[in-house]
Amino acid sequence: MKSYLRSAVAVYAKDMRLEARTKETFSAVLAFAVIVAFVFGFAFDPSPSVVALVGPGIVWVAYVFTGILGMNRTFAVERDRGTLEGLLLAPVGREAIYAGKLASTTTIMLVVEVLLYPVFLVLFELNLFNIWFVLVTVAATVGFSAVGTLFSAIAAHTRAREILLPLLFLPIVLPVIIGAVASTSAALAGDGWDGVGKWLQFIVAFDLVFLVLSSWAFDFVLEE
Amino acid sequence: MGTAGLGSRQALLGLAALLFLIDLYLIFQYAPTASEALGLQVQRIFYFHVPSALLGMISFAVAATASVIYLTKPNPRRHGPSIPKVPKRRAAKTRAARFFSRVVAMLIWVPSASVGTWRYLCRVEKRKWDRIAWASAEVGTLFFSVAIATGAIWAKPVWQTWWVWDVNGTLTFMLWLVFIGYLIVRSYAPTVERGSRWAAVVAIFGAAAVPFVYMAADWWEGLHTERITGPGASGSMDSEIFLTFMFSLVTFLVLFIALVAERTAQRGIEESIEELRREVSA
Repeated sequence: MKSYLRSAVAVYAKDMRLEARTKETFSAVLAFAVIVAFVFGFAFDPSPSVVALVGPGIVWVAYVFTGILGMNRTFAVERDRGTLEGLLLAPVGREAIYAGKLASTTTIMLVVEVLLYPVFLVLFELNLFNIWFVLVTVAATVGFSAVGTLFSAIAAHTRAREILLPLLFLPIVLPVIIGAVASTSAALAGDGWDGVGKWLQFIVAFDLVFLVLSSWAFDFVLEE
Repeated sequence: MGTAGLGSRQALLGLAALLFLIDLYLIFQYAPTASEALGLQVQRIFYFHVPSALLGMISFAVAATASVIYLTKPNPRRHGPSIPKVPKRRAAKTRAARFFSRVVAMLIWVPSASVGTWRYLCRVEKRKWDRIAWASAEVGTLFFSVAIATGAIWAKPVWQTWWVWDVNGTLTFMLWLVFIGYLIVRSYAPTVERGSRWAAVVAIFGAAAVPFVYMAADWWEGLHTERITGPGASGSMDSEIFLTFMFSLVTFLVLFIALVAERTAQRGIEESIEELRREVSA
């Protein structure tokens, strides 16, 4: 258990160090997220009443799209530089590699998502600084990365990784998207635990199931 | 399913064709016209819609189960199987021991039928489970497509809309997408083995997401729309309608089994041809 944690932290630290030096994934994903939010401004009339109606939807569409972009990089980076073999040859369990990759993906996504809060506030007057929304963001992001990290390992080994990841990823995380949008509506309407609690528990249950399932399946995915 | 030879597979397809002819007669001649609430003549599409949706779900269950077995079953050994030694059974010495052994034998005999089935399933080789899952996914995609199309055709005249975001519709659509991902991930995989493993993971993930999609769609529906009472939910069914419906179900089930058996066998042939080709070129 201790060595598992230590190797997971090592993988995580490696990814974070890489990201801190190059800022490759982070900057691209953030730029893309801002562009998505910007384009949404013209997709509909951004008046307060309309924003109250479709706001949660656009927030989560933006998060999901940027998430896919970021998760595609998780294993693609390793593969392009030929370091994936090295990582797999390292004397650590596959579950530890999965956990480390999951943690780094989640961290990058969360940072981008939090940086988008002010963007939505400025562009749409959508105030996301809400403790319930923060909790939903964290829970849903963990769910996205739990599934996405695994599928990005599959997609990275194929010719068509950009198309394959969303194709596999979106149907599976559909319940998280539904839950996130519904609970965001409730949170922004000021419902508190009464409105958000049910969905939050639902998303956390999804997270737990798919965290276990993904760490189990990760070995099968990477096996040559 | 797959051990069936060419003859029995063709017989199964023939049976499906025959049943389908009878089914068409029952649907369009025998079954009475439904009530206005169900769309009168349009209602007859249910005899196609409901069985294909149900078989789609069953095909998903088959694909997911076969995928779990495929992933967890140990790889076969290259140089012949090792035969475990069967310990010789000693005859019971005393009367009490004989009686006791008979009771034990009785207790064993009853579940032995299920154990026999289990043993048979255990002997099915690893690769074959993958072929069954694959075939089931292909046939399931077909059935889901039929279910979605016929559902839309029925809903337009009766509910004045092609699509309703209800639980069944959402679940069917989601599983259809998972199946498409399942089939595509295989074609993009660098080797057959990896494709099989990846597809199996996709099927298992889809199955694990089913209860979540079901709950989320259910709550979502409660949030946004008045629930429309589904067909057949209210009132009792006519016995003619019920009979036709059941017959339709059996027909589609036979068709499903026939198609899956056929595709499984075809995959087996494809794989052995590939094996031979490798041997020749080596």
